[in-house]
Amino acid sequence: MGVALVFVLVAVGSVLFHVFSPWWWTPIASNWGSIDDTIIITFWITGIAFTGVVVFLSYCVFRFRHRKDARAEYEPENKKLEGWLTIGTALGVAAMLAPGLYVWHQFISVPKDATDVEVIGRQWQWSYRLPGKDGKLGKSDVKNISTDNPLGVDPNDSAGQDDIIIESDDLHLPIGKPIKVLLRSIDVLHDFYVPEFRAKMDMIPGIVTYYWLTPTRTGTFDVLCAELCGVGHSQMRGRVVVEEQEKNQAWLEQQPTFAQISARSKTAAATGAPRP
Amino acid sequence: MADVALGKENYVPPPAEVEDVELPHAHSWWTRYVFCQDAKVIAIQYSLTAIAIGLVALVLSWLMRLQLGFPGVFSFIDSSQYLQFITMHGMIMVIYLLTALFLGGFGNYLIPLMLGARDMVFPFVNMLSYWIYLLAVLVLAASFFLPEGPTGAGWTLYPPQAILNGTPGQGGGIILMLASLALFIIGFTMGGLNYVVTVLQGRCRGMTLMRMPLTVWGIFTATVLALLAFPALFVGAVMLLLDRLLGTSFFMPTLISMGEQLKYGGGSPILFQHLFWFFGHPEVYIVALPAFGVVSDLIATHARKNIFGYRMMVWAIVIIGALSFVVLAHHMYVSGMNPYFGYFFATTTLIIAVPTAIKVYNWVLTLWRGNIHLTLPMLFSLAFIVTFVNGGLTGLFLGNVSVDVPLSDTMFVVAHFHMVMGVAPIMVIFGAIYHWYPKITGHMLNETLGKIHFWITFLGAYAIFFPMHYVGLMGIPRRYFDVSDMNFVPPSAHDLNAFITVMALIVGVAQIIFLFNLAWSLRYGKEAGGNPWRATTLEWQTPETPPGHGNWGKELPVVYRWAYDYSVPGAKEDFIPQNVPPAAVRAA
Repeated sequence: MGVALVFVLVAVGSVLFHVFSPWWWTPIASNWGSIDDTIIITFWITGIAFTGVVVFLSYCVFRFRHRKDARAEYEPENKKLEGWLTIGTALGVAAMLAPGLYVWHQFISVPKDATDVEVIGRQWQWSYRLPGKDGKLGKSDVKNISTDNPLGVDPNDSAGQDDIIIESDDLHLPIGKPIKVLLRSIDVLHDFYVPEFRAKMDMIPGIVTYYWLTPTRTGTFDVLCAELCGVGHSQMRGRVVVEEQEKNQAWLEQQPTFAQISARSKTAAATGAPRP
Repeated sequence: MADVALGKENYVPPPAEVEDVELPHAHSWWTRYVFCQDAKVIAIQYSLTAIAIGLVALVLSWLMRLQLGFPGVFSFIDSSQYLQFITMHGMIMVIYLLTALFLGGFGNYLIPLMLGARDMVFPFVNMLSYWIYLLAVLVLAASFFLPEGPTGAGWTLYPPQAILNGTPGQGGGIILMLASLALFIIGFTMGGLNYVVTVLQGRCRGMTLMRMPLTVWGIFTATVLALLAFPALFVGAVMLLLDRLLGTSFFMPTLISMGEQLKYGGGSPILFQHLFWFFGHPEVYIVALPAFGVVSDLIATHARKNIFGYRMMVWAIVIIGALSFVVLAHHMYVSGMNPYFGYFFATTTLIIAVPTAIKVYNWVLTLWRGNIHLTLPMLFSLAFIVTFVNGGLTGLFLGNVSVDVPLSDTMFVVAHFHMVMGVAPIMVIFGAIYHWYPKITGHMLNETLGKIHFWITFLGAYAIFFPMHYVGLMGIPRRYFDVSDMNFVPPSAHDLNAFITVMALIVGVAQIIFLFNLAWSLRYGKEAGGNPWRATTLEWQTPETPPGHGNWGKELPVVYRWAYDYSVPGAKEDFIPQNVPPAAVRAA
């Protein structure tokens, strides 16, 4: 009796914890509400399955616990019952998988009008590159990286000259415009993770990965690294600011372009170290 | 179906096909207890070594939980050490404890006994398997004594960071880790081949495959998986070792580490992940399938009822084992691999839920109209069902590609895999030890101590890992030394973390009760007799308890029926051992 009761309490307690505890996901700030919806569907189906199994188990423990002279029934199998349970489970699984795959299709289909935003991870800081007036990012390569060119932009690619470079500062994004986040790493694996955006993807040295999103809420959000990247992993933080279009435009105009940064370092080199 | 040779009143078992050969008997203390070729002794050596190194991993988990629950209070834990703790905790628990205990421990003890064999087919290789395993454990443990400590690359050892500056243990720790893994795999292969050949060739007369207890089916299938999966880890480890020591670039692209251009170029970090998870996902089932098998037998025995749907249970084990090789990339949805893989791997992953669910139904349906004795093995089996269902269902979140995107790399993942392959299989291990200890030692474990141990462990572990899912749902990443300064996290989350830490300490300390019980009962436990649970399987029918070398005295048993003849209508007792001929049942 006591044992059965404890098992029921585990099931009931879990449901109550789920409903009443204050710990839940942070309010969303991107278009990926469909991911949240899929999680809710999954919570319902799995919650019903969990409670059902545990309550049934508890009932069996209560009803069929050992009594004097009791004897178990002898029933090796029941094809019909097993068949129905298999079908029921398959339907439940399909009800989760279908929305899951549908949302995944959206997640990997980047809209044509999405603006490129490049995020570069290195131990243990974030940098960003935004396209300039031409709307295009220039080529880049790890081999071009130097103190004057921390992101490895190709100096011979004209498309890269007006690229906006943001180092050790917040990233600003306009609200309501789709963005394709291009992800690069120059050393080890990282993962550009903003909990409010729900999206996430590893960054791998040697290749460019991506995801896309549309910011839907203004505010300042934490950027975290979600793939273990060494001792400083948990300190690899940043911030992303989602703001109205005009404000974002004004911010953009104040940021240095690649050409300006290279010119600045050239003059610094010329004045600081004159030829003998 | 009750696979009994009924209606064959005058059934005469076929003559033995192979003559009994003399076993390598021990002639001295050394060959009896140390360099012993008896599978039962090897099983105990495996188990004690696994439990010993597992206790180290348990203490490591306390240390990391202290940091997460009370950040800044324990100043002796720094970021490097934190990563070293999580890495060593994970690797030890998964490989050196769970795999070794289920296959090397339970496999060695139970396969020959349950199949009516005298020993494993290759006793010498079997002994060697243990000694190489011990060497692997020692090499791994040695890395704690390096000046910069063991590797802190995370148990997945992902390159490039695993072998670069910026990761603790980059000098010697990672080398010892990879070398130890390679040794473990060599040792395991020796044992694994033994288990497979013994199951296929060493069964006694009448023990058809479809009469084998599910414990043997679980261990057998898991061993086949391990023999196919471990080589991928082996080559991965060797290639990573070459990258680290000889400067090859299997997994290393052109990169700049700490401002310095390294000589690597052209390698693929994702290749390592595929190799790792080709091993890593089957590994989940290498741990789970033996647990599935053992728990089936515990439930049937202690509910005095045949396991419901035996054939379905066998096929579910085999199907799950096969499918486990085509779901590997569900660990890599956000790894940057080709996103189109997501459709395939999400589908295969969710399909695997169907045979798994059938197993759960059959366990609870075995309880239905049973005669449930709430013994310690039964209590732990019930706890297994609850924790396994819980952890299995959260797998449907993470396996479902788009749902995985926000949850992956968060504490939700940590909670999920601890519930499903930490807590649940360990419930089975405890249940199994309470169940078979009487056969191994001849004494029962103390029941009162056992109940205290059970309730603290089950409820405590549930209280650790159930709320932890919600820590991850909030968005807190895993492997974070410092969880402060996150604006999206309410302050109360830190109270939750402190609560989880306190529970972890309590559950850890409660294991002392269990260890004490193991030692105390060895001498003072109630006499068990040969078959205290009135079970049907062969290991309870040995002429001696504990069984001597060779298990069966002069003559090997002959099997007449499946392993689940409990409460058969018309029979006097509520169990009929597998080696009782039909004529004897009728006479009684």
